[in-house]
Amino acid sequence: MSIEIRNIAKRFGNFTALDHINLEVKTGELLALLGPSGCGKTTLLRIIAGLEAPDDGQILFHGEDTTEKHVRERNVGFVFQHYALFRHMTVFENVAFGLRVRPKETRPSDAEIKRKVHELLNLVQLDWLADRYPAQLSGGQRQRIALARALAVEPKVLLLDEPFGALDTKVRKELRRWLRRLHDEMHITSVFVTHDQEEALEVADRVVVMNKGKIEQLGSPSDVYDKPATPFVYQFLGDVNLFQSRVHEGWAHVGDARFAAPQGQTDQAVVYVRPHEIDVSREGGAGALSGVISHVRLLGATVRLEVDVAGQDAVEVELTRERYLQGDWKVAETVYLLPREARVYVPSAAEWTDGGGI
Amino acid sequence: MAFKQHSVLPGFNLALGYTLLYLSVIVLIPLAALFFKSAQMPLDAFWHTVTDPRLVASYKLTFGASLLAAVINLFGGLLLAWVLVRYPFPGKRFIDAMVDLPFALPTAVAGISLATIYAPNGWVGQLFAPWDIKIAFTRIGVVIALTFVTLPFVVRTVQPVLEDLEKELEEAAASLGATRGQVFRKVILPTLLPALLTGFALAFARAIGEYGSVIFIAGNMPFVSEITPLMIISKLEQYDYVGATSIAIVMLLVSFALLLVINGLQWWSAKRLGRRK
Repeated sequence: MSIEIRNIAKRFGNFTALDHINLEVKTGELLALLGPSGCGKTTLLRIIAGLEAPDDGQILFHGEDTTEKHVRERNVGFVFQHYALFRHMTVFENVAFGLRVRPKETRPSDAEIKRKVHELLNLVQLDWLADRYPAQLSGGQRQRIALARALAVEPKVLLLDEPFGALDTKVRKELRRWLRRLHDEMHITSVFVTHDQEEALEVADRVVVMNKGKIEQLGSPSDVYDKPATPFVYQFLGDVNLFQSRVHEGWAHVGDARFAAPQGQTDQAVVYVRPHEIDVSREGGAGALSGVISHVRLLGATVRLEVDVAGQDAVEVELTRERYLQGDWKVAETVYLLPREARVYVPSAAEWTDGGGI
Repeated sequence: MAFKQHSVLPGFNLALGYTLLYLSVIVLIPLAALFFKSAQMPLDAFWHTVTDPRLVASYKLTFGASLLAAVINLFGGLLLAWVLVRYPFPGKRFIDAMVDLPFALPTAVAGISLATIYAPNGWVGQLFAPWDIKIAFTRIGVVIALTFVTLPFVVRTVQPVLEDLEKELEEAAASLGATRGQVFRKVILPTLLPALLTGFALAFARAIGEYGSVIFIAGNMPFVSEITPLMIISKLEQYDYVGATSIAIVMLLVSFALLLVINGLQWWSAKRLGRRK
């Protein structure tokens, strides 16, 4: 079932949570709403579910206006960050809840409920925990039960609010792959909220990057990563170095280096370079930035050098461990940085404070 | 000692010793004295004293009225706690503070004001007088006084639990298709049950022992509105110490049994809730 979000707006007092959002979720896709906290992604998800009412705009499920429908009647499965399992019920009863609360005419028989619940528990691979209480489960198990509970009512749409946010890294990675596989089997239209760009890029069919109540970019994971539409998207999807610069005859200058700059109204520009797209050498050359290594951080497979460049913030350079060992870089050494790739934004006055001025 | 576990805080022995001493001086020794005193009486005389029809009537009143008051507060208290937690309204903090008043008020003050208001010529009493309904100096008065003094217990035990109740639980239930009634019955009420039971038990226990606020409004007519604590006082006034302690023992045993039952219920419901996270 497709979901159409038309011109949705929501304010909390003076805070604009959503500023007239338009978005379409296609049937059977897994869409990620990605953004920093306070960007409105959870509010949007809750409005889709009917847990929150928009100030303006419409939500259409499969072309039908559902804006006024109660969450009970929308037939959505909602998974919460903190599981929201019923503590006084066993795992079995939690999953059966959605079936047991149905009106008598449509409620399945006990035998049917039993069959269905065990089928779902098998799907989430936790059938052996049916008689336990939620308090006796680990976080990852609880979230899988919460998912089984949401699926029990055969929802047309599955909504997940930071489903792996409360789990530790290892379990999180495991579960998101599992979710992707589950989605591939079931093809249920799903929207999930996350602030973790890695999670969004790995799991989703399409990613919506949000900031301050607006959509910054909508596209496939490779689209948003390779062709970021705005400086915000570029910065949010991975680490990045910023160089303040001035545009002169179509080139943005940073020290001795220069980068092709688009035409803009001002001569101020920001150059963005990802840490792993910088080469380090001991010999200067055309277009190299000189600086002094101030820190060396070993991060397992990669190594980060922090380089102080005159007139700029500290520049981070990411090297593979091999390259680092070959170069044998030391703190306090003078090095030359050569960006392989860079993006130059010449922001208009309004965007200057927004994305570029940090 | 095998049960002594290593702890970063010193003074386990001292703390345990102090606790036992304190408990003995404050609780155990007076209770033991009670049994010791009434043991001076032969068993059949004891039985005769505690089954005096006038006394039996007072047991019925005390335990019956206390039970009724606790049940009234079980519902009223839940409602009050619900309103205080869930709805914002002007004067909420004032009302919240008022809940403790029956507890803080000297019981004699409560008793006199209740007796004045509910007397046939009082503010509330005269409203019922035309229908020939008497509140003060009857059993109804006893129940009202007990309901009044035990009001805070259920409210104060349920309130924090209700405040901590995650809104997400209700949202999850609603998204699964539960109606508001089902959400309340199947999700909220079971979570509140242990707190409700605790509040109920405390209110009940307090009501059984209540004296000051009741005697004024009760009128203390034999076989009608005499409460058991009053019987103890009247025995004492007749210097019948052994008789007084015998009644006290009956009250003590019954209260203890009731608390045991309620604690058992709590233990059972806590177990059903699983270990709290």
